[in-house]
Amino acid sequence: MTKLVDIVEKIRSKNAGPFWITVDIFCGDPETFASIREVLTVCEVQKLLKVDIQCLKKFEIPDLFVVKFSFHRREVQGSRTDRDMHGAQIASLFSELKIPRELS
Amino acid sequence: MSTKVLVPSGVLGLGFDSLALENGLSYKPDIICIDGGSTDSGPFYLGSGTSKYARDVYKAEWRELMLARKSINVPLIIGSCGTCGVDCMVDFMYEITAEIALELGQSIRVAQLYCNQSVNYLTQAFEAKKIIPLDPAPDIDQTKISKFSNVVALAGVEQIIEAINTGADIILAGRSTDTASIAALPIMNGENIGGAWHGAKIAECGAFCSTSPTSGVVLVEFDKDGFSVEPMALDARCTPHSVSAHMLYENADPFLLFEPGGYLNVRNAEYEATSERKVRVSGSEWEKSEKYSVKLEGVIPVGYQTVSLVIVRDERYVENIHRWVSNLEQFIKKKIFDIMKLPSKDYHLDFRLIGLNAVLGGLEKKENIPTEIGVQLVVTADTQTKAAELSKLINPFLLHHPLEEYEDYPTFAFPFSPAQIDRGIHYEFGINHVMILEDPMDCFKIKVSEMIND
Repeated sequence: MTKLVDIVEKIRSKNAGPFWITVDIFCGDPETFASIREVLTVCEVQKLLKVDIQCLKKFEIPDLFVVKFSFHRREVQGSRTDRDMHGAQIASLFSELKIPRELS
Repeated sequence: MSTKVLVPSGVLGLGFDSLALENGLSYKPDIICIDGGSTDSGPFYLGSGTSKYARDVYKAEWRELMLARKSINVPLIIGSCGTCGVDCMVDFMYEITAEIALELGQSIRVAQLYCNQSVNYLTQAFEAKKIIPLDPAPDIDQTKISKFSNVVALAGVEQIIEAINTGADIILAGRSTDTASIAALPIMNGENIGGAWHGAKIAECGAFCSTSPTSGVVLVEFDKDGFSVEPMALDARCTPHSVSAHMLYENADPFLLFEPGGYLNVRNAEYEATSERKVRVSGSEWEKSEKYSVKLEGVIPVGYQTVSLVIVRDERYVENIHRWVSNLEQFIKKKIFDIMKLPSKDYHLDFRLIGLNAVLGGLEKKENIPTEIGVQLVVTADTQTKAAELSKLINPFLLHHPLEEYEDYPTFAFPFSPAQIDRGIHYEFGINHVMILEDPMDCFKIKVSEMIND
């Protein structure tokens, strides 16, 4: 197994308004994009983020080799239990996701 | 014919490359547009009607932009004045503008666009079922509407165009969509509407759409078919990849962007490098909505907070930190009830284990044992006095609570005296709705004034 961050070009996350976070995974090339779009299923990401399936959207942008996930914030930005005002650190969860080594 | 918009940076206060600005002016842009804020820094700024950056920084950068504007005699717009775009921050920018105009001897016409919404107006709109929830939306009702400290409606191009039409040299706009100030003049001039919104989205963070994000300045040239974008720092480049990737940034949907009056669809957009540094975009589409609506942002004060910090270095306590915190929390809640007669629903305690899982909380997957852990306790209560009193009651236990009942009292590391800090009011975002308007100016106001400094 290897980490997602070691396979792809860049992973970033950010608020998309106070109620959403969006994660962009730039795969870098068509082969990596083809495998990552398969590996990162909505079900897999749902387990990672512990959000309801209807609160999670997956997008594929072939022209950019990007797989993107947007999801409702479990804690609304800046609420008493929110710990990440800009939603930029949740990308770490994706970076450290273990991926079968044969995909790398 | 085309319309050239110069964007000095993603937000006033972040800085820009002065040489790049000078280069941008040599292209004779038709307008200079800069953003002044967003909700990205959290609910406090909207709640308190204050800005995130220092006044001196705003003044230094705004002075440079006012000089730039004067040198080519075109309008200068700032959207979302002072981080949150509430009325008093529009006035704050007006005051800074007046000071600079006096210092530079500039005579200018200034338009102020106000976006605050009154409780009365919102209540009427709510009763008329004109306030529509987005996904996800907190519940709202008339009682809740009366509790907001500030509610702003986000202006789109219609309101900015109204301000441009006053003949103002400088437009100080309250809360506006990130794109509105950039898209306004191109749309007013009859350029391609899809292209105007798309180009505005690409340029809204300045040079973020280029290979040198910190250089700030970009020039967008809009026409009847689309737009071209080029960074003004000579060592920066826009590429089809850097430009199209910016559509994803801070946007939940990579193909659609919802704006007042409709949405932008970039599914069929085409990106072409027309030079090493410049990208041409066409095929962006604008879908007009049936009804005109503007998005609302509002925050509610939910209490006052006091924050304490203690650092645990003792190896056994670090290894057993979850058990320690859970014991401590139980013990404290009982103590609070015994002494202050407060049930736990009357206050909120949030322990954050810095070094272990303070950012991700329950989502954290790593289970390493660190050298030390910062235990940050955030107490929220309905008054500052109560939050502070609760923190003082908790203080000795944060310092000395033992892991086992019959062991000697440990003493952990308080990094400050006192160990707690009053944080003031805590605000939370409480609305994610749009409001339907008959006329785009229905809930916005424009004030025009002349600053004469001969």
